[in-house]
Amino acid sequence: MQLRIRHVTRYDFDAPVPFGLQQLRKTPKSFRNQKVLEWTTEVTGGRKELAFEDCHRNTVELVSFEPNTDHVELVSSGIVEIADTSGIVGPHEGAVPLWLFDRETDRTAAGAGVKALLRDLPEGETLDRLHALSHLIHEAVTYETGASDPDWTAEDALKAGRGVCQDHAHVFISAARALGCPARYVSGYLMMNDREVQEATHAWAETHVDGIGWVGFDVSNGISPDARYVRVATGLDYGEAAPIIGSRTGTAGEDLSVRLEVSQQ
Amino acid sequence: MLGKTAGGLFWMARYLERAENTTRLLETGQRMALTRANDSDEEWGSVLQTAGALQGYTARHGEVTKDHAIDWLLRDPANGSSVRASIKQARDNARLVRTALTYEVWSAVNSAWMRIDAALAHKVGERDLPAVLELVREHSTLVRGATINSMLRNDIYDFLRLGNFIERADNMGRILDVKYYVLLPTAFSVGSSLDNVQWEVILRSVGAGGGYRMTHGQRTTPRQIAEFLILDERMPRSLSFCCRSIVENLGYLTKDYGQEPPSAGLATALYERFQGQSIDAIFERGLHEYIEEFLSDLGQLGRQIEVDYRFYE
Amino acid sequence: MTEFFDEMTAPDGTLRAPYREIGRWFGEEDVARLRAKQREAEEVFRLSGITFNVYGKAEAEERLIPFDIIPRIISHREWQKLSRGIEQRVQAINAFLYDIYHRQEIIRAGRVPAEMIARNEAFLPQMLGVAPPGDIYTHIVGIDLVRTGPDEFYVLEDNARTPSGVSYMLENRETMLKMFPELFSATKVQAVSDYPRNLHRSLAASAPAMTEGDPTVAVLTPGIYNSAYYEHSFLADQMGVELVEGHDLRVTGGRVCMRTTQGYKPIDVLYRRVDDEFLDPLNFNPDSALGVPGIFDVYRAGGITIANAPGTGIADDKAIYSYLPDIVEFYSGEKAILQNVPTWRCADPDSLAYVLDNLTELVVKEVHGSGGYGMLIGPAASKREIAAFRAKLKARPGNYIAQPTLALSTVPIFTRSGLAPRHVDLRPFVLVSPEGVKITPGGLSRVALKKGSLVVNSSQGGGTKDTWVLED
Repeated sequence: MQLRIRHVTRYDFDAPVPFGLQQLRKTPKSFRNQKVLEWTTEVTGGRKELAFEDCHRNTVELVSFEPNTDHVELVSSGIVEIADTSGIVGPHEGAVPLWLFDRETDRTAAGAGVKALLRDLPEGETLDRLHALSHLIHEAVTYETGASDPDWTAEDALKAGRGVCQDHAHVFISAARALGCPARYVSGYLMMNDREVQEATHAWAETHVDGIGWVGFDVSNGISPDARYVRVATGLDYGEAAPIIGSRTGTAGEDLSVRLEVSQQ
Repeated sequence: MLGKTAGGLFWMARYLERAENTTRLLETGQRMALTRANDSDEEWGSVLQTAGALQGYTARHGEVTKDHAIDWLLRDPANGSSVRASIKQARDNARLVRTALTYEVWSAVNSAWMRIDAALAHKVGERDLPAVLELVREHSTLVRGATINSMLRNDIYDFLRLGNFIERADNMGRILDVKYYVLLPTAFSVGSSLDNVQWEVILRSVGAGGGYRMTHGQRTTPRQIAEFLILDERMPRSLSFCCRSIVENLGYLTKDYGQEPPSAGLATALYERFQGQSIDAIFERGLHEYIEEFLSDLGQLGRQIEVDYRFYE
Repeated sequence: MTEFFDEMTAPDGTLRAPYREIGRWFGEEDVARLRAKQREAEEVFRLSGITFNVYGKAEAEERLIPFDIIPRIISHREWQKLSRGIEQRVQAINAFLYDIYHRQEIIRAGRVPAEMIARNEAFLPQMLGVAPPGDIYTHIVGIDLVRTGPDEFYVLEDNARTPSGVSYMLENRETMLKMFPELFSATKVQAVSDYPRNLHRSLAASAPAMTEGDPTVAVLTPGIYNSAYYEHSFLADQMGVELVEGHDLRVTGGRVCMRTTQGYKPIDVLYRRVDDEFLDPLNFNPDSALGVPGIFDVYRAGGITIANAPGTGIADDKAIYSYLPDIVEFYSGEKAILQNVPTWRCADPDSLAYVLDNLTELVVKEVHGSGGYGMLIGPAASKREIAAFRAKLKARPGNYIAQPTLALSTVPIFTRSGLAPRHVDLRPFVLVSPEGVKITPGGLSRVALKKGSLVVNSSQGGGTKDTWVLED
């Protein structure tokens, strides 16, 4: 399936910003079942300083603001071809050793909530248990747009009983690691079938299962990623895979607007 | 050179000059107090006013007393421009720009801070005041000597000089600003002892008593004092002299960096106001307005230098 | 009572060879003159501002590190062996760092367990796959050595992150040259004064490939209130480079640039004296005000060399230390020349049990501690201190290692009652660049000033000495 994506992120500031930087992880990569046919990221109100590949092999671009700008707009667009592999991403590759994905992070530290979740998990084959886990989380944390804060931890979401895809992914990662499975966070795009303008970028989780390799789990939609999912960046949690991380000087308030179109080519 | 370093040099020199100016005011105050028969504390009010410290002092202590006034100017922690605070600031800035200074200058500033800070760690009684003031004067002279003898005449030196002369011009301007009325012809009544005291305060507090007598003999008139302190370029604390130095050092920087910054234009304009100017014309226009305008332009020049040479982000 | 090896006087009362000349000189000296010289030296240090700031006080206080005028002397032969061992160790440390941040062969080979790295706070995953110029991660290293006998030296710890103290090594020598020139004409001592030039050369040689012309080097300091600020300014001054703080720098044009009076100017090599965590608020601790947002991105894109590289802490961690003999052997194919002090890793239950049973005889250290803070010296500790440490060990065993109390050698210091032996250690300074390894002959000798004390850290009241390595 070929997906055409156009993603506009715009920050409007209520006062000039003297200096600012943004680290972008917005460029999908070609790998086994995903082929990037075209991709560009354009910046207005700022300029690209440099690009490199981080330890997770994400393409990272650093953008600096034009001095005293009142807005920054990032437009990522392109065409990606994806094959459905039933959520199987493939064997582990790259500089990061597999054991690193056992590492707890602040956002994914397993506490009472995750432990309670695991008590309800039936015994069985690893893969089956992971699917069961996905369903348990889907029930324990109700999907609700705007329900959570981007800084929420997995435990925060479990306590609140609601959250968005990011929270679902964090809870899943936390629980999978507690089960002894290496796990990571994936940020990307999903084409919802019923619409062209999507609500937001998407996030899901992947775990490494011996003998199979990395497998994706989209808790929010209760499935493993198929040909409608574009993988953009991965990391131990949201912090390492976030599309945009920023830092700026001054005290200006900001107004964020996002428009995302994903459609079949 | 780093912008921060330029700023550190500029402020190091300003604080050293400030400490020296305050010391001179203290000397003036003590001298005045000792040579008057009547209530001596009155002179200290005048000294505080001249130092631009009266408001801060009053807020803290209310009535002016000799002991409190001396302590305020020397070392009161609530006074950020006390001698002790100024020396500490000078030394902190020197430490910040250590790599730009010669060992001689650094150790002179450091030892000035060590000795003066120790001397001012406790309240200074009237009896010990002359020795303490002498200590400040001595160390300040050592720093100046080390600077003149050991520093290269490059941008580092220029920023030190800029700080030095902007602080000095500001100090002189403020003294004239708070005392202008005693220099006005209307306030001039021959033989009034009050005015004579005030004139002496002015001349002594800018260390100009001797220089003035050398130039003008024993004849003291407000017109001549004003001319001497504003226009006389033989006098190294006159406004005109200070501005000439500022123009010179900005000129060297311009040549060095191959680029004329806006501050160079401001400085030239500031200096030109003294050229071909007579003291009578200044009185004609209004001494008060003249000084106020000068101080405002000087402040603007200082801020422009900070911007031009990127002291801060 | 343990017998300690004295570096000056043999048990039979005769002077050991390296000290014969100084012994003769001291015998002929007027003690009053020496006392005056000692005071003079302190005055020079104070005037120069050679101070360090003490932490844990409401207001940062600047203090002098006491300086003792009797030099610590090492013979040519002793030094040759030491420097071979140091070079071998430093090469191995760099090879280890390369490996840990690449294929981790040493873990695959089972020589270092994966959890030693995985659970280590000093391990920086962001460095995985990063190869700095010349594959050098630690450019400036300090190896802490102690001596227990004529031929017995042990490595007490490796300092591969930001070793400090080199300015004292240089200033101590300058002071001695000024005060006692006659000593240097009677004895041929190897010079240390070319350290700043070598440091500059070594840093410049590590510049990124994209550097055009002479590399621009700068020293990054946390600022004038940092305990080692004097050293930062001293090194920048001696190298003739800028001393910068985080707020002097910003990323622009794809480079890290410093704000000069004439605009932003790119830096090629940054000798940073700011810890990893605070280096880049965009990539690491977002609350850091000491760092430069985006500097790590520039580093990853090859636009700057950061010395020492981020993540080098994994090699000088006290738990990794215990594996160093294996590490040296793994990468060099030879036995380690320098010995390690036997170390119990308290993470291991058997070791913990042993340590808890023998606390009164052991030295217990925090894995990530430095500066002599948070350690227990069993033989010198009170019952209450031991009880407190026992609780800490049980609560977080992985946070501690333990070592036997070593019989540290003594050297004479000049006291009110003449010469008296005090315990001492030695930190030689090593520079590594693509051009090779350079070890300054000598280093910093830190000496305990209290009789019988085994703690030499300046933050705990230790002093320093000039350290002489004799010419052949």
